[in-house]
Amino acid sequence: MKYLDEYRDTAAAARLAEAIKRTVTRPWVIMEVCGGQTHTIVKYGIDEILPSSVELVHGPGCPVCVTAMEMIDRAHTIASKPGVIFCSFGDMLRVPGSRGDLLQVKSQGGDVRIVYSPLDAVNLAAANPEKQVVFFAIGFETTAPPNAMAVWLAHKRGLKNFSVLVSHVLVPPSITAILQSPGNRVQAFLGPGHVCAVMGTTEYEPIARRYCVPIVITGFEPVDMLEGVLWTVRQLEAGEAKVENQYSRAVRPEGNPASIKLIEDVFEICDRKWRGVGIIPKSGFKLRYEYRDHDAERLFEVDDIETAESTVCISGQVLRGLKKPHDCPAFGKTCTPQTPLGATMVSAEGACAAYYAYGRHLESRGHRAGVGAARPEPELVQIGGDR
Amino acid sequence: MCLGIPGKVIRTFHEHDVLMGKVDFGGVCKQVCLEHVPDVAIGQYVLVHVGFALSKIDEDEARLVFEFLGKMKQLDELEVMSPGDSIAPSSRADEQWRAAT
Repeated sequence: MKYLDEYRDTAAAARLAEAIKRTVTRPWVIMEVCGGQTHTIVKYGIDEILPSSVELVHGPGCPVCVTAMEMIDRAHTIASKPGVIFCSFGDMLRVPGSRGDLLQVKSQGGDVRIVYSPLDAVNLAAANPEKQVVFFAIGFETTAPPNAMAVWLAHKRGLKNFSVLVSHVLVPPSITAILQSPGNRVQAFLGPGHVCAVMGTTEYEPIARRYCVPIVITGFEPVDMLEGVLWTVRQLEAGEAKVENQYSRAVRPEGNPASIKLIEDVFEICDRKWRGVGIIPKSGFKLRYEYRDHDAERLFEVDDIETAESTVCISGQVLRGLKKPHDCPAFGKTCTPQTPLGATMVSAEGACAAYYAYGRHLESRGHRAGVGAARPEPELVQIGGDR
Repeated sequence: MCLGIPGKVIRTFHEHDVLMGKVDFGGVCKQVCLEHVPDVAIGQYVLVHVGFALSKIDEDEARLVFEFLGKMKQLDELEVMSPGDSIAPSSRADEQWRAAT
């Protein structure tokens, strides 16, 4: 496919890897922010073709992973109610809350449906006026325009039976929290390309300046990521700390002004709890008062729910780049994608789940996968059935 | 989750006053909301996330990385290097990446 295949070109990747090798003189720790980037790194073994002095650590940018367990429990409570059609992106369905996952809610009679787009959920509300259609609106800034469009459109069409359970998170406060955390090791960021396609690059400039960290907004294909690493190490070696845009085919400095305006019309900034991390001030979106009739938390009056996370799991430290999945005693043993203990194992884009899917839990047992080789896609796991 | 796929716009239309379109993803066509790329033309590529076009793909910018690599290659050819320094890592990476494409 155009704009995908050429960015997976082996010769281009090899030239970039060689240029990185020639540039680096010292050890550097670089964090990729987005879960999609983590997936590319592990799938193509990008970290293993880099010089050993360049360490990639994996950031908090998987919204499925960081959705707080309380919010998952609220989703389950709403989805279990009669007369509700609960719509979600597919990757939220098997994320465990305190009492199982959404697939179990469905197996017990809940009307849970996977939608490709939030706009499909709006159409479902129009087609089912006797039902309450609730959409689980999770995501980073990338998903905020489609989710805001769904709310705006339902409001405009007078669909009073459409609501959203909002658990939006924001990148800049999360990377600021990482930089402020004790023991921070991150010296530079590969910035989240699709988040910046929406929001632009300017909000990263004060972070780069204040914390003296290069931030290179980077795409998601192997050639993109290697070029992002090259630009980052060039800045690090030169003692620079600025925002650069590797993903300029999709990202303009000002972002998408129409999307930003719609987001501001529908959402306002709020404090948000992140699974594995805790509450980060001003790190999320919630619905504005004008759209309260579409707020599922208000309509269904779901109470605060007490939850307990595993005491063994180190996902909070993995999300901040302090530890790698291998450092956890439960990784690949008691904690697997079928039985996740924490944030970074619950979604395919979480660092622990990506490591597991591409066989890295076997490496410590002497079954090292072919270094640098592209791994096959992970098998789909059927919940409650034979693999 | 923040997956964005480039696709080619093949038709546009309005639905509830919102600009929509049919977008071709390598042979698979999907309905996509184009409201936030209002000046998109038929045949242009857009970056689509959950049925919503986030931005247009800029063709000139898309070529930059390959122009950069082309310049790197020209510079390499001007340098006198020992074969062992330059060939080994490239061949190794080539082997590793061939499987990916």
